Amino acid sequence: MVQYSQARFDVSFAALSDATRRGVLERLGRGDASITELAEKFHMTLTGMKKHVGVLERAELVTTEKVGRVRTCKLGLRRLEEEAAWIERYREVWAARFDELDEVVEELKQKEKVDGRKKRE
Amino acid sequence: MDARRESEATPMKNPTTMERKSERELVLTRTFNGPARIVFDAWTKPELLKRWWIPKSTGMSLLSCEADVRVGGRYRFEIGQDASKSMAFFGKYIEVIPNSRLVWTNEESDQGALTTVTFEEKGGKTLLVLHELYPSKEALDTVMAGMEGGMEGGMEGGMPESFAELDKLLDTLGASVGRS
Repeated sequence: MVQYSQARFDVSFAALSDATRRGVLERLGRGDASITELAEKFHMTLTGMKKHVGVLERAELVTTEKVGRVRTCKLGLRRLEEEAAWIERYREVWAARFDELDEVVEELKQKEKVDGRKKRE
Repeated sequence: MDARRESEATPMKNPTTMERKSERELVLTRTFNGPARIVFDAWTKPELLKRWWIPKSTGMSLLSCEADVRVGGRYRFEIGQDASKSMAFFGKYIEVIPNSRLVWTNEESDQGALTTVTFEEKGGKTLLVLHELYPSKEALDTVMAGMEGGMEGGMEGGMPESFAELDKLLDTLGASVGRS
């Protein structure tokens, strides 16, 4: 059971609420593209497309990398999935640890009861 | 009802939740069926800590466990199968409020988190919240990237089959012991 904070979901949903940005994700699903290519495909200015890509980047749906003068965009979804998987594994380590701690707590509780009884006797 | 009787016969474990609260923070919660003073003892007395910190299912053990739990006091845990295959985790306690709050550093690397654990008692039960604050987004991202695949064959399959797997498992436990 992985829990994402509400804030992270909000950012993701806000990013997906725009038709152009959904189009960009769909386009990147078929292969990486530069900002210029995306701007041309969606009949936008470079500045406009940069803004959209910025929103997707902040939501970690897209990652970008600048090589020379070209900024290439690619899907960032995989990273989110990896993060979720990592958090789940880390959570499992702690859950296993805490299940053992339950036994220690239970034993100490019993011991307190016995000691309490002894004191009263 | 039947379902209730069943749950009484085999008590359910309390759930453990974990969330990446922000770019630099992880937060873990768990309730224990006992008063805060008992849960706090289990976190601060080395002889008790030793009994639960490394789950049996990992095949690992805590080779040594020193914890001088007072402000400025240091801790050092060594984990592994034997002394030749072990890893040490260390740091110091910077806040110790009995039965209520513990804060310690993780000093194996300069990217280690600051860990805060709070114990909140309600009706004989204790809500434990563990909060890890990493020095930067990159530090937490790096920890996450390093642990990729770390649990396979370790927690699930019992004994690690190779040194590589052992290393991965130690990394995983390390992130939780050391950087937690």
